[in-house]
Amino acid sequence: MKIKSEKDFWSGLMFIVAGIGFAWGALNYNFGSAARPGPGYFPFGLGIILAVLGALLLFKALTIETEDGDRFGKIAWRPLLLIIASVIVFGTLVPRLGMIISLPVLVLIASLAGDEFHWGEVMVNAAVLTVFSWVIFIWGLGLTIPLWPSIGGLGK
Amino acid sequence: MELLNNLALGFQTALTLQNLLYAFGGALLGTLIGVLPGLGPVATIAMLLPSIYALDATPALIMLAGIYYGAQYGGSTTAILINVPGESSSVVTAIDGYKMARKGRAGAALAAAGLGSFFAGTVATMIVAAFAPPLTELAFKFGPAEYFSLMVLGLIGAVVLASGSLVKAIAMIIFGLLLGQINTDVISGVPRYSFDVPELTDGIGFVAIAMGIFGFGEIISNLSRPAENREVFTKDVKGLWPTKQDFKDAAPAVLRGTALGSVLGVLPGGGALLAAFAAYTLEKKSKGRPGEVPFGQGNIRGVAGPESANNAGAQTSFIPMLTLGIPPNAVMALMVGAMTIKGIQPGPQVMTSNPQLFWGLIASMWVGNLMLIILNLPLIGIWIKLLTVPYRFLYPAIMVFCCIGLYTLNNNNFDVYMAALFGVAGYLFIKLGCEPAPLLLGFILGPMMEENLRRALLLSRGDWTTFLSRPLSAGLLIAALLMVVIVSLPSIKAKRKEAFKEDD
Repeated sequence: MKIKSEKDFWSGLMFIVAGIGFAWGALNYNFGSAARPGPGYFPFGLGIILAVLGALLLFKALTIETEDGDRFGKIAWRPLLLIIASVIVFGTLVPRLGMIISLPVLVLIASLAGDEFHWGEVMVNAAVLTVFSWVIFIWGLGLTIPLWPSIGGLGK
Repeated sequence: MELLNNLALGFQTALTLQNLLYAFGGALLGTLIGVLPGLGPVATIAMLLPSIYALDATPALIMLAGIYYGAQYGGSTTAILINVPGESSSVVTAIDGYKMARKGRAGAALAAAGLGSFFAGTVATMIVAAFAPPLTELAFKFGPAEYFSLMVLGLIGAVVLASGSLVKAIAMIIFGLLLGQINTDVISGVPRYSFDVPELTDGIGFVAIAMGIFGFGEIISNLSRPAENREVFTKDVKGLWPTKQDFKDAAPAVLRGTALGSVLGVLPGGGALLAAFAAYTLEKKSKGRPGEVPFGQGNIRGVAGPESANNAGAQTSFIPMLTLGIPPNAVMALMVGAMTIKGIQPGPQVMTSNPQLFWGLIASMWVGNLMLIILNLPLIGIWIKLLTVPYRFLYPAIMVFCCIGLYTLNNNNFDVYMAALFGVAGYLFIKLGCEPAPLLLGFILGPMMEENLRRALLLSRGDWTTFLSRPLSAGLLIAALLMVVIVSLPSIKAKRKEAFKEDD
């Protein structure tokens, strides 16, 4: 058995896993009957449909020939990890250290994900964006977001 | 003359200083993101959603609408000048528009696109105003069964007209519907799929999904591709005004594009993108004057037609959203979300319960189009300069706005983490060739669909045939089925592939 389309194969697998997962989870809730559908009724049905569609894709991926094998290609680990890491770090830091510190950290980590990285540029970019955000979001729109490190915030 | 009264109310609302400012802001921002490749209206509107908490509903929606149709204008500018469509709906504009620019006729191409879009926008606004009330009347006759079937039709329609694999797209809808099931069941009050995480009992925020997938996921995908060499071809745009012959050539194309775009925009999944593709095909098929420049070599009709069509389509795609509360595309899904944030239940009752919002929004579209033509034609130089901003400055800025928006949503970092998770998912979807827009549509419609399904079943005492025995509901379901069957036919399938080939 050879995979004829990598993209379809893995998508099919993803849909099967997600569908079965949701259908399985729905078993914990009251299914009810057609006349009185319970909270588990709709998600169970949908989960099964999703799994069936996934199986269909999987079948297609193993039988129908594609020109170039529809390769999944390489995963761009560097942008993937750095971009996601920058978001998570921001989420962790902001309640403790405030926007003044978290935003430049976010910009710095995110900038590392690109092809080109120049310290000077990134510093300027971080400074401009932080000031801009302070003016627009806190001063202009009045959103509540911690600005400075909170006292004892590090210990939280 | 009710239409005139309604429009008068609309213009009264739209022409207040505050609303004018927000329409202008939206149009400006829309043009900006339209010009900047790699940043689309979906991500931008998602980015701005948290900040509309501070606004009233009417100015908020006016601004968001301005972003959507403003992006259509901006996208054509880059398509013409540097052969990089800022928006997917401008892909076909690049074919002839860029050729025109290379021949030194960038000005004529930009003017044709701008004036054509303005004309199309004006007509489409009138269409929205004229057709919204009767459709709303119809919607009031809908029971839960009809609503459910309508949503099925809407969701299916949204994917059959899009590019890519049909099975994958339908699977993505279902995936979205399932993600929408992570909430507290409205009828029984049971929290579902929350894994005892208190934040999940309210459901996943759709802002987190939209920003994760369309913001972070896109950025990762953009960064993984080698940087494209963006060279601004035309340093100075001379002779902005088209010649008399240009007008003669472009006018019928504008009319055809407007008509086609208006119709396609109303269809679920239609909107701007499909309208532009269809209009280009139509222009290629219809006869021009003898001796005109061939298509693909800089024919002005190839710019005027699709540009009018995408603007008309962008405008009329508001109809299903405003009258039925059913979003035909991802941008409208976010608009529905914005309404809910402002405490307005989208649906047919909006017109009567919030007439100012309803008619003000429609009138603002025309005002916004007028602003756009002023923004785009004389100020073209500024937009060209913006194009030289490298992506390495741009994407950290996008991330900053997204992260602030996510945190301020509930003043809590849970949404930030959720968006990071969906960023990974978004990148995975792109790698797997699964279009993420249907997922968002499904997610928005999920809870509504479930409620209507369960209510319909309750009313029919568990009889599933209720969906087929009620004529209106049956008609809608049959239409949905027909759509799937038709696009699955081998001959149509090949055509569909061909039509979207230029997209890649």
